[in-house]
Amino acid sequence: MIPPKRKNPLLRTRAALQPPAARSRTALGITAAAARGGFALQVCAACQAVQYPPREICGTCLHDGLAWRAVPPEGTLIAATTIRVTADPYFRERTPWRTGMVAMDAGPAVIAHLPAGVAQGDRVRLAQKLDRAGQGAMVALPLAQPGDLLDDPMMREMTCDPKDRRVLVTDGRHAVGQDVARAMLAAGARVWLGVAETWRPFAAVEGAETIELDLTDADSVHRCAASHGGRLEIVVNTGLHTRPGGILERGDLTTARVEMEAAYFGPMRLAQAIGPALRARAADGTHPACAWVNVLSVYALANLPSWGAYSASQSAALSLSQALRADLRPIRVVNALIGPLDDEWHQAVPPPKLAPAALASAIVKALRDGVEEVAVGDVAQDILARFRDDPKILERELAS
Amino acid sequence: MSSPTPTSSLADFAADLVSGRITVIDLTQTLSADFPTIALPPEFGQCAPFRLEEISRYDARGPAWYWNNFSCGEHTGTHYDAPIHWVSGKDFPNNTVDTIPADKFIAPAVVIDCSRETAANHDFVLTRSVLEAWEAAHGPIPAGCWVLLRTDWSKRSGAAYANMKEDGAHTPGPDPEAVRFLVEERDVLGFGTETIGTDAGQAHHFTPPYPAHFYMHGKGRYGLQCLSNLDKLPATGAVIVSPPLKIQGGSGSPLRVLALVAS
Amino acid sequence: MTKPTRRGYDGIVVAAPTTIPYERYSIHGAQRWIGQALAAALKRAGLRPADLDGFCCSSFSLGLDTAIGLTQHFGISPRWLDHIPMGGASAIVALRRAARAVQAGDADIVACVAGDTNHPDSFRQQLTGFSRFSTDAVYPYGAGGPNMSFALLTDAYMRTYGATREDFGRICVSQRTNALSTPHALMKRPLTMAQYLAARPIADPVALFDCVMPCAGAEAFLVMRDDTARALNLPSARLLSTIERHNAFAADPIQLRGGWAVDRDELYGMAGVAPADIDLLETYDDYPVIVMMQFEDLGFCAKGEGPAFVRAHDLTARGDFPHNTSGGQLSVGQAGAAGGHLGLVEAIRQLTGETLGAKVADAKVAMASGFGMINYDRGLCSGAAILGVDG
Repeated sequence: MIPPKRKNPLLRTRAALQPPAARSRTALGITAAAARGGFALQVCAACQAVQYPPREICGTCLHDGLAWRAVPPEGTLIAATTIRVTADPYFRERTPWRTGMVAMDAGPAVIAHLPAGVAQGDRVRLAQKLDRAGQGAMVALPLAQPGDLLDDPMMREMTCDPKDRRVLVTDGRHAVGQDVARAMLAAGARVWLGVAETWRPFAAVEGAETIELDLTDADSVHRCAASHGGRLEIVVNTGLHTRPGGILERGDLTTARVEMEAAYFGPMRLAQAIGPALRARAADGTHPACAWVNVLSVYALANLPSWGAYSASQSAALSLSQALRADLRPIRVVNALIGPLDDEWHQAVPPPKLAPAALASAIVKALRDGVEEVAVGDVAQDILARFRDDPKILERELAS
Repeated sequence: MSSPTPTSSLADFAADLVSGRITVIDLTQTLSADFPTIALPPEFGQCAPFRLEEISRYDARGPAWYWNNFSCGEHTGTHYDAPIHWVSGKDFPNNTVDTIPADKFIAPAVVIDCSRETAANHDFVLTRSVLEAWEAAHGPIPAGCWVLLRTDWSKRSGAAYANMKEDGAHTPGPDPEAVRFLVEERDVLGFGTETIGTDAGQAHHFTPPYPAHFYMHGKGRYGLQCLSNLDKLPATGAVIVSPPLKIQGGSGSPLRVLALVAS
Repeated sequence: MTKPTRRGYDGIVVAAPTTIPYERYSIHGAQRWIGQALAAALKRAGLRPADLDGFCCSSFSLGLDTAIGLTQHFGISPRWLDHIPMGGASAIVALRRAARAVQAGDADIVACVAGDTNHPDSFRQQLTGFSRFSTDAVYPYGAGGPNMSFALLTDAYMRTYGATREDFGRICVSQRTNALSTPHALMKRPLTMAQYLAARPIADPVALFDCVMPCAGAEAFLVMRDDTARALNLPSARLLSTIERHNAFAADPIQLRGGWAVDRDELYGMAGVAPADIDLLETYDDYPVIVMMQFEDLGFCAKGEGPAFVRAHDLTARGDFPHNTSGGQLSVGQAGAAGGHLGLVEAIRQLTGETLGAKVADAKVAMASGFGMINYDRGLCSGAAILGVDG
């Protein structure tokens, strides 16, 4: 893809419309799978029939036990069309738009978005992606060419490739922020790296532009937003203030307040200052503003009492991210859930620990994949799996 | 009861203020979010930097008024140290900012100008011999006065002000002997500096560590730090007005420090 | 157990074919359009509202109203009432139910009315909430509406059976010819094959003249016994047979055939006629591909021979295979749920001699078919009826 042209300042910035967002509650199973980068359809517990569109009752045997399961996503494209006239303003700005009918090997016939190049008769792999309304959508990808379709106009509506986008990484003091900056640079982004309290020594990241940014300081945040808010496409909030300590053991709130500033108030400040501009540019040109990434502890899901106050701050941050997801739409809010980092604060924590560089790579991949939630590293994946199995059991496990 | 009659000298003072024969000099750094604070190892509790959050500004949050909430540590910006700040001063009566007698908040000051030495050596140490040399020139340091160390450090800002290296901050300050001399032999009211603390950046390595804190507060004396404009003060003759906020049980507070100087 | 033979429709006739001339957009509600059609049908039959004891309604744009709300709105007190939400199959389904009600004596005269209004944003609003499956799995995919759905069916049909755009063009061009003599047709200018082929693409391979124009309008007819019609001195057509089928061939990955193929033998058998006996055919024609499927599935040619069939026949009202003789929805307009009534009402007109436009010479037997409800990827409802001249 050609690097984005500079925008014509005399033209009105295209408003950020969203595709039709209405779905039944049942259909949100596709949204959930897409948010996590999975592929799931309902399968009847009685007759094993794979269902689509999402149902409440099996279309084969009337059984009411339909569970979302990973099913083989392959199929054949049996019909296709290029929509040139549409009732919806979002799609009207994006015509011609291709859709097609895929006969899945697993049974159902699925209407799906099509990238350029895939043709009738082709074998395809269906994927579930989040569209700009944040809803799960079926896309049919060519089986023969599984390579990246990051430059395909349809796929660009589903994903957030950092290439040729301008990225703010909030915390250049932390190894995570530094490695995210490096990963974004390697992915072809331009990077601004925030550094708080520049009176303290810090190491700049080569290629990234260091800017003063202290999320705990309203004035600093507003100055950053005023200077850079109108030209950012991705914000990566890497603000981590990781401190061990249970609630009773600490005995005071001083550290907890700083944790809440770093995890909750700071990102809220930044979102309030920069979010409106980001959202307003969500359809600006070929590389519109697209994503807000949070790095969160997986113990946001269930408290790890030995890091009890920190876990609570992460729960606040997780809840904030959910609110932002609604407020910022069509900007995608991506949460990278992590276990212990391989850093000085987890010195006594046994491995496996997550290398900041591995986290950075996972964030870039999550943006390219267009997911909304990614658990990075063995511990985070383990905890997330336990959480999804039974939150109460996980709570008791962590408290033992 | 009749009101006390103002003394003629107070009337003269007021007249001198109005006429400009006495100049008021602001020794205070502006409280702002980016002003450096003391940097301790991160496993310790930290002094909160100054923060301002707007409540309203003639808008929907308050149509006709502008105001802010602010937050900070007691030892943020230009601030006052009460004796209770240090473990050596924890048991004195009236050792907190709310109980220190009000007459301690207005006092004369002497200014020890070490700006030339500090320019050459960031780790300049104020020694007894430096103080004695000053006394040789200006006379003995009087009891009950502030001793202010002029280094012109307040002309720096940001990283140059904090001057943090891998082995910590490098800023000037007194050695233990100098502090003991001031407290025990000269009975001063307190010690004031232009740097983030009353002690030198490397004072952790002195014995005892942080002697200005240890001895000053250990004798119930006070500290002022992050002062500015000391270069505008005479070596002797200035009067310092430095009342801290009346924080219940407080160990210190940000404050406005004013110097009265004969024009 | 042997399957009992379906009872015939002896003595049941349809009459008073009624059309309220269509308008592209209307500032009025569907209630007005339906009420006008009901009033016109009753007037044609010389009846007062109090004489009506059966009412059946179809509409997409009544808001929260159904047939029952309309009884109070119109001041009628029927003893038999129905509401048919089956889009383009509603006319056939309404006819079937009304005929049995009259036959059983549950009602003497049933007015079957369909109508819709159309505002500039009606179409989009209807698409956004058309069905659960559509909301979940169709509309978010480009919001192409039925154009997109029929584009996929047309694409699959063309690839499977080798149909060309010219083949579909024959259907559309012929219907335009028929429409030119229909006074209320919205399309008033002739359409050439060259114009058809050069039309603006809408959703490939569907182009402008493959699509119906949504509009406001209403259609109605009356169902009664033949003696009632005679007492009213009302021309009528006999109902000979009907079929109805829903969600047929669910296992087909894409719709290349409709439910008519399941039931057509019964349709002809009940009427005692063969395809060759049909003097005129009124198919459901929101897109020409579904017309071609009806030619096949209703037995006028074998599966996949629709393209050859349209190449071999003149589909105009005066041709050898008169089809959609008033111009059909493609040239008259699609007045929402009345789209399926349009063909049936035209069939009645041709058999009772009340045509507004071109008349099929010596028409004795007519077939009307219906198709409706693209719930997800295909039309779920299909139906057909054969009518004969009375006497």
